[in-house]
Amino acid sequence: MRREAVTIGIALLVAALAGSLLIAYVGKSPLEVYGLLLRSTWGTSYGFGQVLFKSTPLILTGLSVAVAFKVGLFNIGAEGQLAAGSFVTALCGAALPAALPGPLTVALCVLAGMLAGAALAGLAGVLKTRYGAHEVINTIMLNFIASSVILWAGNAHFFVRYTTHTTAIPDSATLSHLGFTGSAANTSLLLALGLAGAVAYFFNRTRRGFEWRAVGHNPRAAQNAGVRIGGVVIGAMAMSGALSGAVGANYVLGYKGYYESGIGSGVGVMGIAVALLGRNHPAGIVAAALLLGTLSHGGLAVAEQVPKEIVQILQAIIILAVACASAYRARRARLAGAPA
Amino acid sequence: MTELLLSLVSVSFFVQVLRITMPYALAAMGGVVSERAGVVNIALEGILLMGAFGAAVGAYDSGGSVVVAVGYGLATGVGTAGLYALAVVTFQADQIVSGVAINMLAYGITPYLLKVFYNSSSNSPPIQGFGGDLFRNPMFWGVLGLVVVVQVVVTRTRWGLRVRAIGDHPEAAHTLGVSVNAIRWQAVLASGVLAGLGGVWLALSGSSFVAGMSAGRGYIALAAVIMGSWRPVWACAASLLFGFAEAVENNLQTYDLGIPNELIQAFPYVLTMVALAGFIGRSRAPGHLGRPFSAR
Amino acid sequence: MGDPLALELRNISKTYGAVVANRDVNLKVERQSIHALVGENGAGKSTLMKIAYGHVRPDAGEIWIKGERVARHAVAQSIARGVGMVHQHFMLIGALTVVENVVLGQEPRRRGLLDLERAAAEIRALSQKFGLDVDPDARVEELSVGQQQRVEIVKVLWRGCDVVILDEPTAVLTPSEVRDLFAVLRGLVTDGMTIVLITHKLDEVLAIANRVTVMRRGERVAEYDAHGLTADQIVHAMVGRPVEQHLDRQPAKPGEPMLEVHGLHVTGARGTQALRGVDLVVRAGEILGIAGVEGNGQTELVEAIVGLRGVDRGTVAIRGTAVTGASVARRYAAGLAHVPEDRHDRALVLEYSIQDNLILGQQRDFVGAFDVLDRGRVRSHADRLIAEFDIRPPVPTQVVQGMSGGNQQKLVVARELSRRGLAVLICAQPTRGVDIGAIEAIHRRMIEARDRGLAVLLLSAELSELRALSDRLAVLYKGEIVATLDREQLAADDALDTIGAMMTGCWPPPDTGTGSRAEVAAS
Repeated sequence: MRREAVTIGIALLVAALAGSLLIAYVGKSPLEVYGLLLRSTWGTSYGFGQVLFKSTPLILTGLSVAVAFKVGLFNIGAEGQLAAGSFVTALCGAALPAALPGPLTVALCVLAGMLAGAALAGLAGVLKTRYGAHEVINTIMLNFIASSVILWAGNAHFFVRYTTHTTAIPDSATLSHLGFTGSAANTSLLLALGLAGAVAYFFNRTRRGFEWRAVGHNPRAAQNAGVRIGGVVIGAMAMSGALSGAVGANYVLGYKGYYESGIGSGVGVMGIAVALLGRNHPAGIVAAALLLGTLSHGGLAVAEQVPKEIVQILQAIIILAVACASAYRARRARLAGAPA
Repeated sequence: MTELLLSLVSVSFFVQVLRITMPYALAAMGGVVSERAGVVNIALEGILLMGAFGAAVGAYDSGGSVVVAVGYGLATGVGTAGLYALAVVTFQADQIVSGVAINMLAYGITPYLLKVFYNSSSNSPPIQGFGGDLFRNPMFWGVLGLVVVVQVVVTRTRWGLRVRAIGDHPEAAHTLGVSVNAIRWQAVLASGVLAGLGGVWLALSGSSFVAGMSAGRGYIALAAVIMGSWRPVWACAASLLFGFAEAVENNLQTYDLGIPNELIQAFPYVLTMVALAGFIGRSRAPGHLGRPFSAR
Repeated sequence: MGDPLALELRNISKTYGAVVANRDVNLKVERQSIHALVGENGAGKSTLMKIAYGHVRPDAGEIWIKGERVARHAVAQSIARGVGMVHQHFMLIGALTVVENVVLGQEPRRRGLLDLERAAAEIRALSQKFGLDVDPDARVEELSVGQQQRVEIVKVLWRGCDVVILDEPTAVLTPSEVRDLFAVLRGLVTDGMTIVLITHKLDEVLAIANRVTVMRRGERVAEYDAHGLTADQIVHAMVGRPVEQHLDRQPAKPGEPMLEVHGLHVTGARGTQALRGVDLVVRAGEILGIAGVEGNGQTELVEAIVGLRGVDRGTVAIRGTAVTGASVARRYAAGLAHVPEDRHDRALVLEYSIQDNLILGQQRDFVGAFDVLDRGRVRSHADRLIAEFDIRPPVPTQVVQGMSGGNQQKLVVARELSRRGLAVLICAQPTRGVDIGAIEAIHRRMIEARDRGLAVLLLSAELSELRALSDRLAVLYKGEIVATLDREQLAADDALDTIGAMMTGCWPPPDTGTGSRAEVAAS
């Protein structure tokens, strides 16, 4: 456990250094920029609330990517899945009668969003099982396709005229806010944390989770143990997609009250960084989500100093650094262990 | 409708297809070389984008010189590929995760630098790209020659044999004294040259660099690699299919066929998914594709 | 006159984590001789030779080739000095042709491009000279195992190697192929070469070696001149104690048929016909052995019975219930158990602990409410099996990756034998890569299982194992059962030769005038 933390620590240091170079290149002081970033996030109540708001969807996409990783799959489609989920959540909310009790509406909307995400990712799972088509390319293609289809559906039917957003959901479906001086943090954070716990329980304590992990480590041994690999692939992709699809709870039910084109953009890709940093462990994922949520909100705050893409660049460097560091460590451990 | 179909069989359409296919074909050849050596090059997308960016900067800074643009574009493309090689060959980090990270980096650093250089986060200033006539463009003929060169190198040279060997069974090659990781580095850098050139073409056949202009071509090129059974000339042929799809998509938008524009834009991606489903079983991937190698 | 030693290793040591593979080993190999390096699985022989070849770096010690010290040894140096190695697991690139494989690393060129024609001619010449019969233009993945081995030898010879190390070369050969190989090796030595033979097969050692070095647990424990040496002497040195060569067993009392296979036709991995109409019956209380060299359908037979591969035609029934087309899980439920031929590939999840691996394949039997695994039951199951089967280290949470091959195999056997409602046990290569102590234990368990009334199907490449354990023996050649022997025929003195002939499709022998069904099938 401790060695893992050291690895992550070194990776983050490398990322911070690289970021400093980029900041300096623009002629600003890295220390000042990093300082501003920290102050505007953990230094104020509003900032902290915003960090929570930004971290919530990251927990979900991080879980999404991690669930796929644990079974040996790569879900690069969280962007499309969360867009589809948010869109469907908004449509559901706008369609359900306002008289319905709040909690029921919320539950139905979130479920609908999760189903949408599950369908997208599940499709990639089916293509892999049936045709052997690699899920990396297919989930990426589905990202592009999902955004096209949503845009069309919105423009043709669901967007309010001359806008790129859907009609508002009723108040009963709105999630309560957590305060923090008017920040957008809302109770979907509890949903995200709950799902994190559920995923952890599933993988560590249930029979199916035992089988799924076995597939991730050695699919041929799992097959010999009577596990149906195809079913696991589709199931895991569907679960993964459902987790991303739940993101609608944060943005739609908890903040805007409708789906807007471009909502949650970038969160899906960030989920990969969250899963990697969190070592596919639900507890680690929550921590990593907080870190990247901090970066995300902080990025906005420093946008006058440095172009906001610094956040995305930092994430990419973090992913590279963590991937390299952990591979290096694993190789060292393996070379010191026994041969075949 | 007839207007549309007629336009599809015209010479000008054919030329358009060729022009649009170039970045796909170049990226696909880069994919073939690196994947034959055992490295899944998900980073092609990022390399394309960086190559395009470099070319645009080069063209702007030099006032329109294609040579300078190519030079800058190659430098950024190869540099990006080098970073990828460092991660996956030297450190042996997971190839897919690293590739996705490189793409993220490219997608992030290009608007960053755009803002720094040109004060816009979405476009570079207009650049002098290629002129009109495709067949008078020396780069076009250069690329055709390159296809032949790549095919010969992969199938008939010593280096090509070693590349094919290490992608299928690196340990066997290692037992014969072949330096697996050195050749993998070289193959990834070569893919950087090829995909970088693809990016150069992409930028110069437009009128400026637009953020995110690679638009998934790098991933589509990977599908072309699979469809072409990891053979250079066949991968280029498969790329033509995708070039055709993009050209059709462009043309469809000008003819009102009743299909919404947004859905037309999805066409190349849908085609890729269908193609992948149809072709996977029939082609044979290099035996050790995607797995790192370390000498004990 | 050069230094008489072709190869010398001084004080070689190599440790992998907690395992000492080689401890201060000295070895001297004289020119123009055949030197056998003997020891049981895990003794360190392969590691030692990989160090000599430069494939692995030693922690300490010196390597001298032909009288010269080699510092910072690497494979390229060995090749340059004329040392070549034929590995146990072939180092061939399936997708490439024979000539491409042979020249890799030293490719001849003409005007910048590969010149494979010249190399092909040279290969044909070498092939002729040493009786190796290799086609330069064939694709390696289409060759049989025996042919592939010959390619490996040609590879070594083409580079002008005069010191050839062979690592367990006969593991995949039939007895007659072994004889052919030895003829080739003797021819090489007459031509001036030096051979180092790594093997654990004593009869081969006695047949061909000039000198024998014995290793045990990473150390060199004895060295003998082969002249006048007996198998018992070698075994004693290998194991350090007398070993029971014969298992006590009652004659079999076969009961009802438990496993019935009829007319099985199965397509193999590359679209070839792996099984062409196999019929088998295994009864309760008997062990049916299947002899056959890798590549003749053994793997596909097991996969078809277990449910890992579909069948084109034919049926499989367990305890009278048809299971053709049923899932793997359903077959286990019907009474099947399976010890796979490659435990790392199919039997174990190396990252899981002992207790988790012990329920792998039976996980549904260990759940409580809501499909949650009952940790208490898993743990007590593990405690019981660890004690009963002497699995080491006796720590249920130990990660399996760190265990020795023998203990891993004992784990698999323990798990399979503890299935509830067990009727049929399939063991494929159950003692491959396992030390002698574990081999004895596993053999005893198999006999116990059979005495308890189980039907056991044993597939093995070790004829001695088959001979010791089987009540009946069937021979699989090119996807068909070509012959069956009963206990008496198995006990006959010339049984091994007979079985060997069957395994190569030469049965009945040609002088009966009828030719064999298998021979006809082969052409």
